[in-house]
Amino acid sequence: MMISVQQHDFDHATEYQALRDSADNDGAIVTFTGLVRDFNCHNAVSSIKLEHYPGMTEKSLMSICSLARERWELGQIRVIHRVGVIDAKEQIVFVGVSSTHRAAAFEAAQFIMDHLKTQAPFWKKESTANGVNWVEAKESDEQAANKWSG
Amino acid sequence: MIQIFLFANIREKIGADRVNFEYSGEQTVADVKRHLIERGGNWDLLASEEVLVAVNQTISDHNTQVNDGDELAFFPPVTGG
Repeated sequence: MMISVQQHDFDHATEYQALRDSADNDGAIVTFTGLVRDFNCHNAVSSIKLEHYPGMTEKSLMSICSLARERWELGQIRVIHRVGVIDAKEQIVFVGVSSTHRAAAFEAAQFIMDHLKTQAPFWKKESTANGVNWVEAKESDEQAANKWSG
Repeated sequence: MIQIFLFANIREKIGADRVNFEYSGEQTVADVKRHLIERGGNWDLLASEEVLVAVNQTISDHNTQVNDGDELAFFPPVTGG
């Protein structure tokens, strides 16, 4: 399990290769990369600033990955989340999972992202032509995370 | 002493990212919160049901027990990813 909260960008090919190098008996690797959108519902967004809670962020991501491991038989898990100022269209988050079979890898990657969106202590502030504003949490993200319970 | 951390718009509106709180026998998060709100200013933001709390870096609630030396944090719903 590799978790990194970092300011600098990441290279998808390097992360994929790291998963592949340790995916001993796995038959599937699923990766997800999140990008900063250059628009919100009202304005063009030029950049965002990511604030986080050092310590709790890593702890929260670890616990989400451990929950995924309890639920599916997984090989490797790599999660990267950037913090600080990130320009529109840049990469912000990476989740990569390996598993014996594809269904577990697909589902676990989505499970990790859905829970990261609603539990990991990150906050986005957008810069637009009309000024800066904190992004509000979406009900749809909450629903996406809730669908895994029960 | 209890360390209080504030994040995002809560941090901005209250104007502090970290506050030391003299522990005087508070039993729960709700007790600490009540004392903080009594400080006046924008501390009343903590009364909002939307505001989340973590005790020792774990999401908690009003009834969570607090002890001297704990770390508390108040913040809005998270928006990462």
